[in-house]
Amino acid sequence: MNTLQEILATLSHNKLRTILTGLSVSWGIFILIVLLGAGSGLSNGVKHNFNNRATNSVQMWSGNSSLPYKGLKTNRSLTFAEKQIADVSSHLTEPDKETGIIEKQSTVTYKSEYGNYTVRGVNPTYKDIFNLKFEQDNGRFINELDLRDNSKVAVIDKKIEEVLFKDKSALGQYIKVGSVMFQVIGINTQKERFGSPNCFIPFTTAQLIYNPNKKFNSIAMTVQGLKTEAANDTFNNKLKTVMANSLRFDQKDEQALYLYNAQREYIQTMKIFDGITFFVMIVGILTLIAGIVGVSNIMLVSVKERTREIGIRKAIGAKPGTILRSIVAESILITSVFGYLGMVLGVGLIELVNYVLQKFAAQGPSDNDMSVFRDPSVSLTYMGMATLILIIAGIVAGYMPARRAVRIKPIEAMREE
Amino acid sequence: MITLKDIHKTYYTEATSLHVLKGIDLHIAKGDYVSIMGASGSGKSTLLNILGILDNYDTGEYYLNNTLIKGLSEKQSAVYRNEMIGFVFQSFNLINFKNAMENVALPLYYKNISRKKRNAIAMEYLDRMGLKEWALHMPNEMSGGQKQRVAIARAIISNPKVLLADEPTGALDSKTTEEVMQLFGELNKTGITTIIVTHEKMVADETRKIIHIKDGLIENVEER
Repeated sequence: MNTLQEILATLSHNKLRTILTGLSVSWGIFILIVLLGAGSGLSNGVKHNFNNRATNSVQMWSGNSSLPYKGLKTNRSLTFAEKQIADVSSHLTEPDKETGIIEKQSTVTYKSEYGNYTVRGVNPTYKDIFNLKFEQDNGRFINELDLRDNSKVAVIDKKIEEVLFKDKSALGQYIKVGSVMFQVIGINTQKERFGSPNCFIPFTTAQLIYNPNKKFNSIAMTVQGLKTEAANDTFNNKLKTVMANSLRFDQKDEQALYLYNAQREYIQTMKIFDGITFFVMIVGILTLIAGIVGVSNIMLVSVKERTREIGIRKAIGAKPGTILRSIVAESILITSVFGYLGMVLGVGLIELVNYVLQKFAAQGPSDNDMSVFRDPSVSLTYMGMATLILIIAGIVAGYMPARRAVRIKPIEAMREE
Repeated sequence: MITLKDIHKTYYTEATSLHVLKGIDLHIAKGDYVSIMGASGSGKSTLLNILGILDNYDTGEYYLNNTLIKGLSEKQSAVYRNEMIGFVFQSFNLINFKNAMENVALPLYYKNISRKKRNAIAMEYLDRMGLKEWALHMPNEMSGGQKQRVAIARAIISNPKVLLADEPTGALDSKTTEEVMQLFGELNKTGITTIIVTHEKMVADETRKIIHIKDGLIENVEER
């Protein structure tokens, strides 16, 4: 306390210089925080774009064979059947939830309102694979009973409810899909990002009504235990082998089967963002170092200017350690107070940007909900780290000038100028 | 109180060396009132610096209050300076961004006395100097005589055994010189050993013992 008062008295003597010195540190920390915030905003934005499916999901589509295989000609149109779903779960251990997807464009009608939407026949597992969302009072997704009974029930996207039902609730109402009546049992609020909104019906019902030949061309699944890019690549190859055997096409055929492994993409993207975060930290820290060098420089000038004062203090009985400590403490005080100022300003700016973004998001008519920048924030870990950096910076910046102050000889310092 | 035995001191520069003190033997008793006179370059300031533990000497022995002062660490010298010696300088050497009271209180800061307490003590000493009303003034708002009295208050606040003054009246006019010398005289009467370096005859005449230094040696000691 005693020491602090003494330091404050010294610092306030040189207000302008103290402030100018401190601002370089504020600026450094400000830049560091803003960059980190921007980095996390970018990263969150892209992460958000992944959330229309589970990050550990894999989807495949059948294509046309482009290579001959065991006497079979090229350009065969390949399609999945229930056998392929069974093969996936019997030959591979990683998949834990699978669903076939029967897809069809169809007119959906409610009273006089109608629209053309994608109708998908799916299993209950679809909900988890594609992260469908059911808010309270929005009903439920298709379940096993619906499958067993070939129920004529439908789950529609929020968007369809808005168009067909206006302000009313669609729950329990009957809609016409094509020419068949379905009862709406759930509203999905997860927005569809590609193509038109969806109307989901039980897989078995879809087979029965729309798919007499029982063929379909997409299977989606979630997989477990694939933590690395390499593991995902290996899995992709295994999956392709299983399918090649099951559908009888050449494994090297690039056009017979299309795979989208979300986890692999996710890992790759996150790697890029780890890189960006690292880069941003380096830039921020270098800026901060410039600030520290500034503080050190100014402290050196200050010690030089205060030679006489320090000499007097020593003559009066200041111990070398006391002088050293007071200069270093002065430096720490400057860096941490102004550093915190910069930190507060940086966090403030980020929060402001966040606020503005949210405001736009709330008003915005953006149907597809795509974003590259979202929820910028600086984690407490970074804040703690920054604090530590500031204190270390203060010590580093103050130590050299302090050593110089300690070496000042009272007689020389007090000699008449 | 002070005993010097054959003190030698040489200053070395890159090319030359300067033998400043060439064997000083001196005894100053407790409560003595002494002045040191000599031409510039005679070594009187160097002697004062050694007495004040601001500088070290090459050979010889210096006992201050029966303690041998030799080869001390900077830390130890600082402690001895703080406890045993009060300094008064020609150019006052007050800290210009501290007011009179804070300047006087500074030695107590280095004794870890709380701000409140040391300021109270400083006020007492300023009162003794007749400067109570000037306690909150900055040095640049005061006259030379006032500044020197503040410096004297600072020198004696930690109850030193020895008061060392280096040309304390060098920057003062004759009237203030008299006032300041009167102050030194009064302080000496309280029992504090007082040593004044000066080249003014009028100042030296106030003391009871005048030590004349010439070319690094004691020429004579004039007892009065």
